[in-house]
Amino acid sequence: MSAGVRATLIVLAVLAALALAAPWISPWTPDALDWDNLAAPPQWAQAHWLGTDRLGRDLFVRGMQALRISLTLGLLATLVSVCIGVTWGAVAGFVGGRIDAAMMRFVDIVYALPYVFIVIILSTMLPRGSLAALFIAIGAVGWLTMARIVRGQTLSLRQREFVTAAIACGVRTPAILWRHIVPNVATTVIAYATLTIPQVILFESFLSFLGLGVQEPVASLGSLINEGAQEMETSPWMLLVPATLLVTVLVALSVLGDSLRTRVKNGNG
Amino acid sequence: MLAYTLRRIVGLVPTLFVLVTLAFFIIRLAPGGPFDQEQALAPAIRANLDAAYGLDQPLPVQYGRYLGALLRGDLGPSFRFKDFSVNELIASGLPLSLTTGLAAAALAFLVGVPLGAWAAWRARSRGARLLMNLSLLGVVLPAFVVGPLLALLFGIYWPVFRIGGYEPGNPSFLVLPVITLALPVGAYVARLTRDSMSEVLAMPFIRTARAKGLSSRRVLVHHALRPALIPVVSYLGPAIAFVVTGSLVVETVFGLPGSGRFLVQGAIDRDYPLVMGMILVYGVFTLVCNLVADLLYGWLDPRVRLT
Repeated sequence: MSAGVRATLIVLAVLAALALAAPWISPWTPDALDWDNLAAPPQWAQAHWLGTDRLGRDLFVRGMQALRISLTLGLLATLVSVCIGVTWGAVAGFVGGRIDAAMMRFVDIVYALPYVFIVIILSTMLPRGSLAALFIAIGAVGWLTMARIVRGQTLSLRQREFVTAAIACGVRTPAILWRHIVPNVATTVIAYATLTIPQVILFESFLSFLGLGVQEPVASLGSLINEGAQEMETSPWMLLVPATLLVTVLVALSVLGDSLRTRVKNGNG
Repeated sequence: MLAYTLRRIVGLVPTLFVLVTLAFFIIRLAPGGPFDQEQALAPAIRANLDAAYGLDQPLPVQYGRYLGALLRGDLGPSFRFKDFSVNELIASGLPLSLTTGLAAAALAFLVGVPLGAWAAWRARSRGARLLMNLSLLGVVLPAFVVGPLLALLFGIYWPVFRIGGYEPGNPSFLVLPVITLALPVGAYVARLTRDSMSEVLAMPFIRTARAKGLSSRRVLVHHALRPALIPVVSYLGPAIAFVVTGSLVVETVFGLPGSGRFLVQGAIDRDYPLVMGMILVYGVFTLVCNLVADLLYGWLDPRVRLT
């Protein structure tokens, strides 16, 4: 493990711990209004370590709540897209023939459509502000790359002796997929899933920034950035706090995913 | 080549059809309609509104009507912007969106490719490594973070450029939006070029060219650049899609009266025809850019048979 990867892991662990522990660290709650400190800059006196927003809500607590949502959503939506993607890709690659062609053609078509539009269409369809709806919307389109990767791997695995042996022994297709194919694509899948997490977080923030994602009073890094951008002339910390948090998380997860992917590519995963 | 191009253009039709159909039915499945307001309308008024816009018909009939109108190039009336058709709304914003989007894509490729090539050429230099680390940051930073930060720095603290709105003919308003849009694409292009260029530079034909005594510049520009550009060109399609996505954010951040905001506002207001129209226009745009990328691909790499 390189020093850089170790550092990113530490940063992620610290952020995740802070996000979870924030309610016990800070005396403020996410929706508590501090009328004496409206739009106050970062200060120690009132325990507003990262300042407050226009309504006097503590930015540290709100930021951490948003981070919690982003991380949870990132993990859940990635899980959804991994499940769909692995199943789709493994079945298409293993069964082959017309079914494969039809399944991958579908992926190609959805791939050709701009990703955002699908998420925007889905997010208009689902009840606004519902977190579950949001992660379904994002997870439902995040599986395409995964399906392609898994299919490619499955195609080459199908030619290997142990799979042929399993077929010859009369093992049924679902069992072969589950026992022989899935464990063998797992390393690649995990590496790419790590890269999917920051993408999902980015998407959630993007939607929330546009006002299509998480709704008040719940905060998301995207909606905090949007609020901050409107006040940046007078209170730049409202923009800088959520922006720094988001960028740190995204950079850390991308570096981690990149190094995992390089390892898998070089065959020592 | 011509036959291939034509066949690809025909091939766009089913994809567009799927896009229209998916978008149409998914949007209609959504709870809530365009005329749901805080105060419920009187039933008679509601019924009249529904009838006027054809919403009282069964879905398949509405779908058929929409497709029919679409074939005539009519995207229908907007539900929320009274007295405007979707065609008019999109026509009012699209030129500005296209200008910023294409300018950003051009900037990204014109800056990204030389920087990436340079970083591959001088791979061991400190400058190249710094550049690649910076480019990773550029790839990761989302437009809705970069945009406000640039606006804060260059619009407020150090007011070099105008922000917030747009005056026709004043390009000062467009500088920061274009940079915001171009940054992630340019950074990614630089990384792509660096990777493929360093692979190409390790190939025997480059060694031969150098052994012949050609100047470094000639080797780089005449021998290495063209094969190294292949993966970069295949990124053209996704890059345009990226710029389109980014334009939604950039138009919000910088208050540009482009067409991106119609998609977002339409989605919030359940203005079905407006959302459909925007998705169609942007969808066609993305698909055409993908097609252009594929055609360029065949030109750069003669091994790719366009049949």
